Amino acid sequence: MKPYELTLRESRDFAAAEGFDALRSSLLERIETLNPKLNALVRFKREDWTGSPRLASPAGGELAGVPIAIKDNICVKGLETACASKILKGHVPPYDAAVIEKLKGAGAVVFGQCNMDEFAFGSSCETSAFGPVRNPWDLERVPGGSSGGSAAAVAAGLVPAALGSDTGGSIRQPAAFCGVVGLKPTYGRVSRYGLIAFGSSFDQIGPITKNVEDAALLMKFLAGHDARDSTSAPEEVPDYTKSLRRDVKGLRIGLPEEYFGAGLDPEVEKSVREAADVYRRLGAEIKTIKLPHTPYAVAVYYIVAVAEASSNLGRFDGVRFGSRIAADSLKEMYEKTREEGFGAEAKRRILLGTFVLSAGYYDAYYRQGQKVRTLIRQDFQKAWESVDVLLSPTAPTPAFKIGEKLSDPLAMYLSDIMTIPANLAGVPALSLPCGFTRSGLPLGLQLMGRPFDEETLIRAAYTLEQEIGITGRKPPL
Amino acid sequence: MSFEIEKVAELARIRLTPDEKNKLQSDLGAILGYVEKLKSVDTSQVSETSHVMDLTNVFREDKVLPSDVSAAVLRAAPDRDGKFFRVPKTVER
Amino acid sequence: MTTVYEAVIGLEVHVQLDTHSKIFCACSTKFGSEPNANTCPVCLGLPGSLPVLNGQALHLAVKVGIALNCEISKRLKFDRKNYFYPDLPKAYQISQFDQPVNGAGWLLIETRSEDGSWKEKKIGIHRAHLEEDAGKLLHEGIEGASLVDFNRAGVPLLEIVSDPDLSSPEEAYAYLTSLKAILQYLEVSDCNMEEGSLRCDANVSIRKRGDKNLGTKTEIKNLNSFKNVQRAIQYEIERQTELVEGGGRVIQETRLWNDVKAQTFVMRSKEQAHDYRYFPEPDLVPLTIESAAIEAIRKELPELPAAKAARFRKDYGLGDYDASVLVQEKALAAYFEQAIKAHANAKMISNWMQSELLALLNSKKLAIQSSPVSAQALAGLVALIESGTISGKIAKDVLPVMFETGQTAQEVVREKGWVQVTDESLIETIADKIIADNSQSVQDYRAGKKQALGFLVGQMMKASQGKVNPKLANEVLARKIGV
Repeated sequence: MKPYELTLRESRDFAAAEGFDALRSSLLERIETLNPKLNALVRFKREDWTGSPRLASPAGGELAGVPIAIKDNICVKGLETACASKILKGHVPPYDAAVIEKLKGAGAVVFGQCNMDEFAFGSSCETSAFGPVRNPWDLERVPGGSSGGSAAAVAAGLVPAALGSDTGGSIRQPAAFCGVVGLKPTYGRVSRYGLIAFGSSFDQIGPITKNVEDAALLMKFLAGHDARDSTSAPEEVPDYTKSLRRDVKGLRIGLPEEYFGAGLDPEVEKSVREAADVYRRLGAEIKTIKLPHTPYAVAVYYIVAVAEASSNLGRFDGVRFGSRIAADSLKEMYEKTREEGFGAEAKRRILLGTFVLSAGYYDAYYRQGQKVRTLIRQDFQKAWESVDVLLSPTAPTPAFKIGEKLSDPLAMYLSDIMTIPANLAGVPALSLPCGFTRSGLPLGLQLMGRPFDEETLIRAAYTLEQEIGITGRKPPL
Repeated sequence: MSFEIEKVAELARIRLTPDEKNKLQSDLGAILGYVEKLKSVDTSQVSETSHVMDLTNVFREDKVLPSDVSAAVLRAAPDRDGKFFRVPKTVER
Repeated sequence: MTTVYEAVIGLEVHVQLDTHSKIFCACSTKFGSEPNANTCPVCLGLPGSLPVLNGQALHLAVKVGIALNCEISKRLKFDRKNYFYPDLPKAYQISQFDQPVNGAGWLLIETRSEDGSWKEKKIGIHRAHLEEDAGKLLHEGIEGASLVDFNRAGVPLLEIVSDPDLSSPEEAYAYLTSLKAILQYLEVSDCNMEEGSLRCDANVSIRKRGDKNLGTKTEIKNLNSFKNVQRAIQYEIERQTELVEGGGRVIQETRLWNDVKAQTFVMRSKEQAHDYRYFPEPDLVPLTIESAAIEAIRKELPELPAAKAARFRKDYGLGDYDASVLVQEKALAAYFEQAIKAHANAKMISNWMQSELLALLNSKKLAIQSSPVSAQALAGLVALIESGTISGKIAKDVLPVMFETGQTAQEVVREKGWVQVTDESLIETIADKIIADNSQSVQDYRAGKKQALGFLVGQMMKASQGKVNPKLANEVLARKIGV
């Protein structure tokens, strides 16, 4: 087995035994071979990852010598962080995001920054200013988005693990499309300090890994209260690795019927239902339940999240950082800078968000959206009275072709229908590989849990992963 | 669906080419058409969700902690004049 | 202004709350630092940064709310006010839209009625909300560009909005004086207009007397002193009245006060109407304030100017005007109370403070806190007058010396030999000499011209360089030449 094929935990053990350099050269070689095809890592230059003394001798700690790639919307001090946007070209944050501090503190090495949809606006990584990312399982297909670079990099063995961010499915859907594990923690579980905001009341940072064990290992370090994020939860952080056990006996698993309706690819449905059968066989109780307001989730999301986004992206105005298009008047400077700096999808969402907040439309759109969001939350609260975990597909289809949905934004938005509700309700959700299509594309299932009950998700995912044993399959690169 | 694209674009400080205007007008029209479905939901008895968690009263102590970022930010700024950020002349307010 | 029209005035006051650190980050609020020195990722609006509320800012805001008799919100939140301007780092200001910390309240002002007497008037407070300040823009002497300093960005402000209850420029002035006094008593702000820690915008309209509907208002900005608020409102009322009387109409607009020209001018109109797109700030959680917490803060409140004035009137028998002058500044009231503790003649101490002492302080631009004459020293001076040791006239010469040298009244009087002569035998000797030298006046007096006695007393004072006790001089003379 080559070092680049190792999981995060194995990489750590390898680095401890053989030294970080051996691990790094294997990864660098892999990246140099494959990244030009995949475009998963941005601004990648070999010398950036070899010269620095920080990289040469990682500090001690539980993650000592573990290379982790970071999505391009998480601030790393001293490294350009651009959200895959022209408007942030050259922007070097003068501070580390809270999660970067934590990872560095545990000895991990920031190793590469991941391509993404511009400002995390997308489900395919086609809106990146750095060009599209390709799916390691089929280079003609998208890796999903917006954390598609993170998922593709992990799936292709460019890095053992990566951080993504998830506003409406941006960790889980690419994880499903690329055959890796992706966890969106409970809202408030992981500090957002240093995450360049998209939808502030939705955004969460989470791990994208080769298996459930690595997700648990990383969560141990990512989670926890941070005084710099007012929405950071004070709840104690459990040792998630203690949940890595095969045990679903008596676990009540709900299948929300709204997630199994029209538009669901038959192969996706089959693989999820088979997973439900495995759980049943292992002693879990499988129930069909209702989340009746699910059909409104996408509409709520594309009002509320874009409203927040339109405001969050106001600061990209060419005054203090990033790029500016010079002009004689202030207004012209703003308008040209933002015209040039933002891509088509960013403009679409900024305008939509501006509109739903504008005078005369606020009540009909934004306020109504926030009210229906309450109903969606209540659906979940009611569900937790009868089940412990919800099981569904992560996405209605496997990875689609590059270009297939780019010209039809609404169709693209609708592909997030199964992941958006967890963000609207703030509950934790995990995507786990659960099979392959006949043509060899990976499929993922989604487990959603009670707020702050990532442990049950990890236990249920670990049980299935061990039972069906599919993590060994590698993309044909 | 009335969508005054020019007014909205001006509020958002984004200049659009005529082509972009047309494309966005139709895209946003379709999206707004789709979200119309929310209007059928009876929310007369429902409160709004601005935060998904029930956290309240998060404060910091009134203590000064100096930051050292300003020099670096100024150095990298699109335009500056000494220790100031520089912008095209603003209208006197 | 003609009597046909009346003015309707409302004031919006932005007051900087006196915290060490900014409202949403740990940067210093210190005035006068190097440009952009007091900044961090949060107040520069760097991508990824997040706000966390300074609890002290809320605490001070509630304190003001209680003092202004406001309804304190039990549940409040912050909202984003979205607009683009280079001094606004995030392109939104964190403010409070529909759940301000302080709801409706009121404060009392002293206003002069048409007959010239002073009376109290209750001015409604519409609301007072917390928000962050923007940065500072510099334009002067820079060709084609403006410069931005974000040191002020994120400084905590309380915006106090009055109801349109003020009906004259004088009332507006009185409102500001009264509000400033309250804020200073509470020690929530230094209210320094030069440093921008207190700013005021005025909304002015006129209507026909008796009319119930409000006229179209204009908003006046760039008011850098209370006097200028008064002048600008006066100007604006006259301008609007002239306009309406000439058949014109007032246009709703923002106008800037030009101090030099003593006029208001239309601000160059904005490119478009405002649409701030307020929505709840997702980065800050809601706040709840328990009744018990409000009560605890209420207990912290010092005696406020209105209550103090009432007490001064009741306990010390001061008149309305004297009481209101003395409570204007907390330090002045404290000085007064210290002085009467040393010598319990409130009326005389109040008079000596208001006439002589304040004039001396003003001439040296000194605050009462740094008066070279302490409260005890002033009380000592008053005591010397009351005991007859010196005359009031002499005292007026004593005080400036005390002010200059820091000596007590007794020291000055002793050193200068200004002690009043009360030794009757000495007075008789002087009287004999004056009687001998002024036989005509003595005859006049005896012939019934009573005012001749006054002349003789005057001569005695002159001969003694003012040191003879006038009362005693009078008695002795009357006895000696009496019929």
